[in-house]
Amino acid sequence: MANDPIHQFQISKLIPLEVGGYDLSFTNASLFMVATVVVTSAFLYLTTSSRSLVPSRLQSVSEMSYEFVANMLRDAAGTAGMRFFPLVFSLFMFVLMANMLGMFPYFFTVTSQIIVTFALAVLVVGTVLVYGFYKHGFKFLKLFVPSGVPMAVLPMVVVIELISFLSRPISLSVRLFANMLAGHITLKVFAGFIVSLSSLGALGVAGAILPLIMTVAITGLEFLVSFLQAYVFAVLACMYLNDAVHPGH
Amino acid sequence: MFVAPAYAQESTSSSELQTELEIDVHEETAFPPFDSSTYVSQLVWLAITFGLFYLFLKKVVLPRIEGILEVRSSRISQDLDQAARLKEEADASVAAYEQELADARAKATIIGQQARDGAKAEAEAQRKQVEATLDSRLVEAEARIALIKDAAMRDVDQIAEETADLIVQELVGVKAEKAAVSAAVKAARG
Repeated sequence: MANDPIHQFQISKLIPLEVGGYDLSFTNASLFMVATVVVTSAFLYLTTSSRSLVPSRLQSVSEMSYEFVANMLRDAAGTAGMRFFPLVFSLFMFVLMANMLGMFPYFFTVTSQIIVTFALAVLVVGTVLVYGFYKHGFKFLKLFVPSGVPMAVLPMVVVIELISFLSRPISLSVRLFANMLAGHITLKVFAGFIVSLSSLGALGVAGAILPLIMTVAITGLEFLVSFLQAYVFAVLACMYLNDAVHPGH
Repeated sequence: MFVAPAYAQESTSSSELQTELEIDVHEETAFPPFDSSTYVSQLVWLAITFGLFYLFLKKVVLPRIEGILEVRSSRISQDLDQAARLKEEADASVAAYEQELADARAKATIIGQQARDGAKAEAEAQRKQVEATLDSRLVEAEARIALIKDAAMRDVDQIAEETADLIVQELVGVKAEKAAVSAAVKAARG
């Protein structure tokens, strides 16, 4: 299975566990969720423990990520949206660290599982719905009825708005999942070319240089995608949360 | 394409007896992300880890970073305020210094003027005094000259009389009468 590009997404049980007929085994996916959370928490906690007035390099990394997400949320949802800051910051840091840890060879990528990204997307959209109805009541439904639209086309617009709202959790989750999945498969396929070619003798080794260069380049690209997808996920979460705070268009 | 040979090798190396089992495995692990049997476990563990992560960030990390940033920004604004205050003080000192300098300069001008005026007045007074003494001495000298002149004039009459007497005696050979001579002299002098 050495060259199987799908093998890296295989979930294997590390500690089998079954509760009430459900399989709650501690798997490699669970292990890397724990690793993501522990590494991120430890980094944020330890780098800020000195509370220096003049920050060290690592402390300024924590401060920069804080201000990065805070500015993102404030730009998208205003100061009223800052109540969601812990949620958006957690989402961004979790997705970012999960993506980055996935870049290590032999490491499992938590965000390459559609169920994980879907759960995170549902968390965002669920927060929008719950907070929107809690805060604005039925006025929240104005979200689907843009003002200034002629009565004749209004029903069609409402249907479109409704579909676009309902497709949000799908687009949000599939974007992240597909990017991570496709990137890792591409990486694995090109790396597999190197092994396959170099086993064909001297000519094959010479030919393996091209996929080697590709692998290095795609690795760089994947780091960019890892950050970018975490950023996109957080930005879209901010924009959706903005609807919960300001339902009128 | 290049993966194919490796696959082929592996599949040929596996024994015939395991074929049935392998098919089972392949069916079960067709595509891991869409394998719904792992969903419950992943969701539960995601809920546990992400939930704890969220709580930890919300309760511990974010208030701490917020505190750090707040302390820093308040410290910076405090420092800026202090700098502005110090600058104001410095400006006030400069203004006071310049005011003093201007005052001193004005005072110096006044003192100089006063000294110059005093010296001028004194010189004038001295000059007047000298002039007065010179005038008085001139008057004295003039008085003496008049005195001497009077005396000399009186002597001139006598000398003229005597000279006239002698001239008459030499020319005529007779001694002229004294009263006549003095009358003639008086008449000549007009």
